Amino acid sequence: MKLTLNVWRQSGPNAPGKMVRYDMPGVNEDMSFLEMLDVLNESLIVKGEEPVTFEHDCREGICGSCGFMINGKAHGGFPKTTVCQLHMRHFKDGEELFIEPWRASAFPLVKDLMVDRSAFDRIIQAGGYISVPTGSAPDGNAIPIPKSNADRAMDAAACIGCGACVASCPNASASLFTAAKVAHLNLLPQGQPEKFDRALRMVTAMNEELFGSCTNMQECEATCPKGISIENIAILNRHFVEASFSERPATAEVGAG
Amino acid sequence: MTLNSRIPGGPIERAWQTTKFNMKLVNPANKRKYHVIVVGTGLAGASCAASLGELGYNVTAFCFQDSPRRAHSIAAQGGINAAKNYRNDGDSIYRLFYDTLKGGDFRAREHNVYRLAEVSVNIIDQCVAQGVPFAREYGGTLANRSFGGAQVSRTFYARGQTGQQLLIGAYQALERQVASGQVKMLARTEMVDLIVIDNKARGIVTRNLITGKLEIHMADAVALATGGYGNVFYLSTNAKGSNVTAGWRAHKRGALFSNPCFTQIHPTCIPVSGEYQSKLTLMSESLRNDGRIWVPKNAGDRRSPDQIPEDDRDYYLERMYPSFGNLSPRDISSRAAKRVCDEGRGVGETGLGVYLDFRDSIQRLGENAIRERYGNLFEIYERITGENPYKVPMRIFPAVHYTMGGLWVDYHLMSTIPGLFVLGEANFSDHGANRLGASALMQGLADGYFVAPYTITNYLAETKLEKVSADHAEAKGALENATNLTNRLLSIRGKKTVTQFHRELGKIMWDYCGMARNKQGLEFAIGRIREIREEFWQNVSVPGSGSDLNQQLENAGRVADFIELGELMCLDALDRNESCGGHFREEYQTPEGEAQRDDENYAYVAAWEYKGENAAPVLNKEPLSFEYVKPAQRSYK
Amino acid sequence: MASTAVANSKLHQSLALYQTAIGKKYVVAVTGAILFFFTIGHMLGNLQIYLPNAQEALANYAKLLHASAELLWAVRLGLLSCFVLHVVTIAQLYNLNRAARPQGYVRKTPTLSTYASRTMYLSGPILFFFVLYHLSHLTLGSTHPRYVEMDPYHNLVIGFRQPLASLFYVIAMSMLGLHLTHGVWSMFQSMGLNHPKYRNLLRNFATISAAALSIGNISIPVCVLLGIIGKDLV
Ligand SMILES: Cc1cc2nc3c(=O)[nH]c(=O)nc-3n(C[C@H](O)[C@H](O)[C@H](O)COP(=O)(O)OP(=O)(O)OC[C@H]3O[C@@H](n4cnc5c(N)ncnc54)[C@H](O)[C@@H]3O)c2cc1C
Ligand code: HEM
Ligand code: HEM
Ligand code: SF4
Ligand code: F3S
Ligand code: FES
Repeated sequence: MKLTLNVWRQSGPNAPGKMVRYDMPGVNEDMSFLEMLDVLNESLIVKGEEPVTFEHDCREGICGSCGFMINGKAHGGFPKTTVCQLHMRHFKDGEELFIEPWRASAFPLVKDLMVDRSAFDRIIQAGGYISVPTGSAPDGNAIPIPKSNADRAMDAAACIGCGACVASCPNASASLFTAAKVAHLNLLPQGQPEKFDRALRMVTAMNEELFGSCTNMQECEATCPKGISIENIAILNRHFVEASFSERPATAEVGAG
Repeated sequence: MTLNSRIPGGPIERAWQTTKFNMKLVNPANKRKYHVIVVGTGLAGASCAASLGELGYNVTAFCFQDSPRRAHSIAAQGGINAAKNYRNDGDSIYRLFYDTLKGGDFRAREHNVYRLAEVSVNIIDQCVAQGVPFAREYGGTLANRSFGGAQVSRTFYARGQTGQQLLIGAYQALERQVASGQVKMLARTEMVDLIVIDNKARGIVTRNLITGKLEIHMADAVALATGGYGNVFYLSTNAKGSNVTAGWRAHKRGALFSNPCFTQIHPTCIPVSGEYQSKLTLMSESLRNDGRIWVPKNAGDRRSPDQIPEDDRDYYLERMYPSFGNLSPRDISSRAAKRVCDEGRGVGETGLGVYLDFRDSIQRLGENAIRERYGNLFEIYERITGENPYKVPMRIFPAVHYTMGGLWVDYHLMSTIPGLFVLGEANFSDHGANRLGASALMQGLADGYFVAPYTITNYLAETKLEKVSADHAEAKGALENATNLTNRLLSIRGKKTVTQFHRELGKIMWDYCGMARNKQGLEFAIGRIREIREEFWQNVSVPGSGSDLNQQLENAGRVADFIELGELMCLDALDRNESCGGHFREEYQTPEGEAQRDDENYAYVAAWEYKGENAAPVLNKEPLSFEYVKPAQRSYK
Repeated sequence: MASTAVANSKLHQSLALYQTAIGKKYVVAVTGAILFFFTIGHMLGNLQIYLPNAQEALANYAKLLHASAELLWAVRLGLLSCFVLHVVTIAQLYNLNRAARPQGYVRKTPTLSTYASRTMYLSGPILFFFVLYHLSHLTLGSTHPRYVEMDPYHNLVIGFRQPLASLFYVIAMSMLGLHLTHGVWSMFQSMGLNHPKYRNLLRNFATISAAALSIGNISIPVCVLLGIIGKDLV
């Protein structure tokens, strides 16, 4: 089949950018979206033009590298699908597609369709972990975890950090990403000791990274390739508010002798 | 070169304990004075960097992706082994050791494998404590499943996302150290050369993938955890970015490369559908627990699967290997699939596929039970092929999946360059000629959490390290070397794209150094690869510049290394006149078509030494001795 | 190391809540909830207009409300501060959200967001102007043609006989319905109440109460215009 692509081209963060039109003949319906862009890029190189920069690695929907907007929807908006898993059979012959990078202050553009999502790493640094040094773990079965809790934690933990939630949110909010991590860890017994600290610190970090606020629009859930539920945002809100009411300053005392 | 593998004496059960006790320690106050570089943030690298950070070392970690969380380990689906014996089904450290050694077709070092089995137990505990949401039973205890090549249920899993969850656990531990300032994380930074001073690894040269800037980083020790090189075949189940560059450039600086030809072909992947195909997708092997593999009995039977009656189906694995059946080890299952397809009994449009059929288990357990177990895998399959596997049997075919070979390391995971440690899939150490399912994750985390932190400490404590700076002639030389390489690639401005070369190389590798190899084919392949290499350096087209983000340039450097590695793989395969594990030489097979090992002449680790661009590499051998498990012809009948 | 938690963060404890977007959202939710309950109570009071002795009932109701000046002003101040907080906080969040995405998309297609949720910044401000007008209309009487102190029945009927005034009430009350269709559900979510089991329940509660509020309120000007109520007044 034949498609027309409008792709955002921008050579660097400070360079001007614009949509550029490409005709894409000979698209095979078993191709993935990224494979189609590979074909485009090969043809651009042969013509001596610069290929389109886009991020990708695993190409099976798990590393979270890929992602851009297709016709105004993050990852194309198909349920539980990243662009690398999106196959061309979902598009119609002759269709015109608009391909744009994630847009958010917290995700500065790097080049073409590639943005800098390191803000997510900094949110994790703020508290998205359980402080357990290597070697100090009790037996894995020492604390039984009800299956339903383990399952809910796993549902939240499935987040791949792709950034589609931010991209699709009208407010460029990172609530779903942050909430997924808080819920994953706070639902497990191992996460309890740092539960409130974690919520406070991660929310603060989210703010400092200039993400917007959540107005419960649910666009994030709709385009999240892992189907993370906004129920997690409610959990985040709850733990954060509880934490801000109950938190007290840490006492720092070191014993002598 | 003599290879000192530093295997400890005494009984194997005490070997690691004794070694640890005898190791030197670094005073806590002195640890921060040491700088350690960790390249790679997969399971091996992230766990190592985090643990070294916790210990108090000053660590810099590198990865080429935009975040350490995206390392290729994230893609592992099936699970991770550990000798917990939670099922009371007769598992033990000794049994895991035995299975891994046997699974590796007796081409691994006993002591390494024993240690791996020993620390496997701690890994699960560590990960649970970090919040890895492993699957649980209703009673709240950890669930297990059985995996290819094992008769006990020792595989722990987190849905079909085990690698992801383990990596996220290690990544979070790493980010915690980044927050505390112990670890400096440089993402989107690729190692392009190793700096060796006074015969010790003292730093690396990197390329900042955003600005293109080449930089020197000095250190007291360097750990490479840069993953496997399956992408030498172009099409593999590895992530697109997986590459051999770090390991290969270290090889050129003097680290020996071991068993490069030992490649694992995974039996359950989604078959190729067209020319544009960029990678292959694995269907977790755990599917083989409930799916039955078959092809039509008669060649050329083109009926749709539901039209083929029971009598006309050949459940060939169950027939040929009755005790392991559909769970036979990967190499055996893969070759069996190739054989039936070569006989013209393959299914699907290309004839390169076999059925993996869930009809019987859906009847036995109900569709819901199957959905609960494999729902996400079925979704992946349907998404890629457009077919519903609850109704139509899946089609699968073998694909390159894992590389057992890698840089040679001793018992301390140190390469032949002192101070250069190699962890995870990047080293050759624990899986011999074939890796069992769910053992790579185990090895990566064992190396990173529980082995390297000790052995690196020991190295730092017992080695006199001169102060060296980035102005050292060796460092500057390595930087210049990297600059020249970039300029050379950019100046060719040829006619063929990097991907075209990569595809060509991959095809040669798959056809002649893939599931089955023979002397004539390998010799032909070596000739072809040399031609490809020649042409590459004259006709490759790398657009753009070096002082900018340039994905084509990144890829060109990687493919250049793959071409050289490909040649070495063929040389290694040609040299090993036996069949073992993933290495099947057609000349060496039993009358029934099984691999024919030659323990008398080939019970060694091949360790290749680089001798210069146009010189032949030299083969060194580390003999393997088996005191605890007597090598026997593997039989899964 | 482990307990550097809050020390690390740049927040001052007591302000932590309000300094973050989530805390602000919490304030919006709590003030929104209070306004929501007020609106319900207010509507129930106004619906007394359908009672047979409407004029008397409403006058008594007004008297009741005005019985204690202290209480009245306490409630008025409470409401006013909710209103102000609601609006000011929303304005701050609006700026934050604008700054979070300075460059928009060439194409943007909504998926699961509702019309109501996307128009909160339209329905809200209309409500804001409505309240200003409404106070001057029915409480202060300054925009009312024939305002009579303490006779709400008279004020309502006479006031709503002006088609333009009524029209504005109808529009504003539709906006109220729209605002609350999203707002009431959203308020539960913002306060941390969401569960797959109750998600639909909460959604339905929001839609139904919003619809009831706007229909109940709209009925009054409409009935006046149609002459169903207030025939007794000239
Ligand atoms: C699809 C799939 C499924 C699998 N499933 C299982 C399973 O179920 N169980 C199991 O045990 N094993 C499984 N494996 C194997 C296992 O996942 C890998 O062997 C293992 O994760 C490798 O981990 P690693 O840490 O050694 O390397 P990787 O995870 O590959 O990490 C490599 C790291 O090195 C970095 N790097 C590489 N080169 C450079 C460079 N030049 N400069 C800077 N950084 C660099 C990368 O950025 C990355 O961070 C699977 C493999 C695949 C492909
Ligand atoms: C007067 C001007 C008003 C403005 C500008 C305004 C604006 C807004 C906005 C933009 C939201 C955010 C939506 C969201 O976060 O989901 C909101 C929420 C809300 N508003 Fe208003 N509003 C106003 C008046 C009112 C009134 C009069 C009521 C009650 C009758 C009300 C009730 C609510 C409720 C219940 C919420 C939901 C709170 C939440 O989401 O947490 N608002 N308002
Ligand atoms: C059709 C719908 C409405 C009618 C008929 C109506 C009617 C009235 C009347 C008659 C009064 C004067 C009461 C008195 O002074 O004794 C009043 C006051 C008031 N109304 Fe309404 N109202 C309506 C909708 C609303 C809405 C939607 C809001 C807010 C969101 C609102 C907020 C107020 C406030 C704040 C006062 C002032 C109360 C006070 O402090 O005295 N009204 N309304
Ligand atoms: S929550 Fe979903 S959309 Fe957001 S980063 Fe995680 S996986 Fe991507
Ligand atoms: S779309 Fe945005 S507004 Fe909230 S519910 Fe999702 S983060
Ligand atoms: S490339 Fe990894 S998720 Fe798409």
